[in-house]
Amino acid sequence: MTDAGMLRFHVPEPEVRPGGTPDFSNVPIPKAGSAPRPEIDVDPRTIRDMAFSIIRVLNRDGEAVGPWAGLLSDEELLEGLRHMMTLRSFDARMQMAQRQGKTSFYMQHLGEEAVSCAFRKALMPGDMNFPTYRQAGLLIADGYPMVTMMNQIYSNEADPLKGRQLPIMYSSKEHGFFSISGNLATQYIQAVGWAMASAISNDSKIAAAWIGDGSTAESDFHSALVFASTYKAPVILNVVNNQWAISTFQGIARGGSGTFAARGLGFGIPALRVDGNDYLAVHAVAKWAAERARKNLGPTLIEYVTYRAGAHSSSDDPSAYRPKTESDAWPLGDPVVRLKNHLIQRGVWSDERHAQAEAETLETVITAQKEAESNGTLHAGGKPSTREMFEGVFAEMPPHLRRQRQQAGV
Amino acid sequence: MPRRTMIEAIRDAMDVSMARDERVIVYGEDVGFFGGVFRVTHGLQAKYGKSRCFDAPINESGIVGSAIGMAAYGLKPCVEIQFADYMYPAYDQLTQEAARLRYRSNGDFTCPIVVRMPTGGGIFGGQTHSQSPEALFTHVSGLKTVVPSNPHDAKGLLIAAIEDPDPVIFLEPKRLYNGPFDGHHDRPVTPWSKHELGEVADGHYTVPLGKAAIRRAGSAVTVLAYGTMVYVAQAAVEETGIDAEIIDLRTLLPLDLDTIVASVKKTGRCVVVHEATLTSGFGAELSALVQENCFYHLEAPVARVTGWDTPYPHAQEWEYFPGPARVGRALIETMGA
Repeated sequence: MTDAGMLRFHVPEPEVRPGGTPDFSNVPIPKAGSAPRPEIDVDPRTIRDMAFSIIRVLNRDGEAVGPWAGLLSDEELLEGLRHMMTLRSFDARMQMAQRQGKTSFYMQHLGEEAVSCAFRKALMPGDMNFPTYRQAGLLIADGYPMVTMMNQIYSNEADPLKGRQLPIMYSSKEHGFFSISGNLATQYIQAVGWAMASAISNDSKIAAAWIGDGSTAESDFHSALVFASTYKAPVILNVVNNQWAISTFQGIARGGSGTFAARGLGFGIPALRVDGNDYLAVHAVAKWAAERARKNLGPTLIEYVTYRAGAHSSSDDPSAYRPKTESDAWPLGDPVVRLKNHLIQRGVWSDERHAQAEAETLETVITAQKEAESNGTLHAGGKPSTREMFEGVFAEMPPHLRRQRQQAGV
Repeated sequence: MPRRTMIEAIRDAMDVSMARDERVIVYGEDVGFFGGVFRVTHGLQAKYGKSRCFDAPINESGIVGSAIGMAAYGLKPCVEIQFADYMYPAYDQLTQEAARLRYRSNGDFTCPIVVRMPTGGGIFGGQTHSQSPEALFTHVSGLKTVVPSNPHDAKGLLIAAIEDPDPVIFLEPKRLYNGPFDGHHDRPVTPWSKHELGEVADGHYTVPLGKAAIRRAGSAVTVLAYGTMVYVAQAAVEETGIDAEIIDLRTLLPLDLDTIVASVKKTGRCVVVHEATLTSGFGAELSALVQENCFYHLEAPVARVTGWDTPYPHAQEWEYFPGPARVGRALIETMGA
């Protein structure tokens, strides 16, 4: 057989593996402020290139530049910084609590705090997020009590989910946060269904779907795009591209499409890529998409380009599959540092105030943690009753479950 | 009282529900303009508009996944999967999402959806239009599973399912759509217009989920059946002359165990009949429950008559289908044991 006639199997590989020198030269980073800001009723065919670029607002000097800048006041930005710092402290304490055996499992947001914190501020009360496990900033930025989050993480006697769910799989209808399943991608089409229901009901509320780069390979992602496109559902389709799906680099899910945003193009859905470590850019693009949804212009797909600086979960060790220094080499920097520098540049913040705020947010988190731990942790103190195990499978307990509860003696 | 086919009765259940509650939404493949491949939703789009009854893309996980989102919003979707054989892409959404939403969120979100699907064989549909996957649903915590056997029940059970606060799988035996087929495929089927259970009252009524019906009282042996097999069992009983008590389960989960146990304690014998494959089928659950609850009353082993553990064949349909002859043999053997 000639070489030309022999088929070769292709498996994509990341540029660098452990031991190598991190290299992101293949990630083109456009200049901040260079991306245009189209009208919300733009014909998606005319902005196809935005699915391959990156919308950025904060430049290297910490200035907010370009047509996507200028939406947020000093107060709003300071609040945003505080949300991200709180989330970071929260993560650090809960990660430690997991290591101390106070819970079974934890997932942190390190490096991705801007995505969920900034996005939340682009929504209105009543809108509904269908999050993955790495969007707790949606709750923090909406004022959901940290103690309640921790009660859930500890599965203690005050856990609103009665100990039934894995840690961090929060649920709060009141705060527009749909119950996290723990499955991947299933929530994406559910978000579209929620949005369809809002339109069917002639309501004004919109939905936001969330997914990671790896899970875009799931069928439910494509189902969601078909339904969103067909029914012009008022939904924002968020893809958080943090480069890594546990040990699998994003190229395995992305394949030959160039970017995840480009997945939207075949469905006629406007698709934007945005700097996920830029609080201002995330907020501005989310606001644009929300306005489109609310004006019956249909769905928008947004890819947030970011980097998962921490491990996938408390059960993961990234040093086995990527260089340890890779996160330092990530060209879009750290979202907290970048917003901090911007606020200093605006003249409303300083290194001293930042250090003080770090101490304050940590103190707030520790206070909440003490209160939560007074309600118990996974293996110590108060826990949900065993009876709860049998409750809530159905609205009304059927006879077979009643018999089994009797057998269990609870 | 008006007589209706099973198709008309199911349509009437949706019509009544949509008229009473604007949160009830009906959609699925070919369901909107055309009214479904079995014509079950015919006329609903014209009557209620495209926001209440519409065509869906060929995407079962999308149909069920979007219905879950709609239910979380506060609507009550009643969706159609064109054939039960097509439900597998939606199985993840049904079993891990719809079934557990109430539990995992402690009631913060609930999932009052109905997923209708034609089930069973007997129409030369081959492997992909004949399956009976009910055990795949009853095995899942958090789903209710209903299989009506006649127009009267179908309407009342479907209205009850739509009004239920939890997800309900509604399996429609497609061989019963036009008449009470008894397994004698070489004979004409009596139309529902000539059958007393074809009497379907106008307006709103419900048949409660979780209640079986005794179709024939008897003292010699209890036959547990549902869907098409109710009529197959009736034919077998008439042809063998055995005084069997035939119980139509109607709802598989929650199951009416009290009615089953009372009957088997009376007759001392039990034959379980279903069209689905044998191994790990719902008959295994029924057999185990009868053994656990009626052991000291049993005069004979519990028998099962089911489809064979093969894929549903095309040309050999009637050798596969557990017809009256096979059920009759099981009745005779159980009486002789």
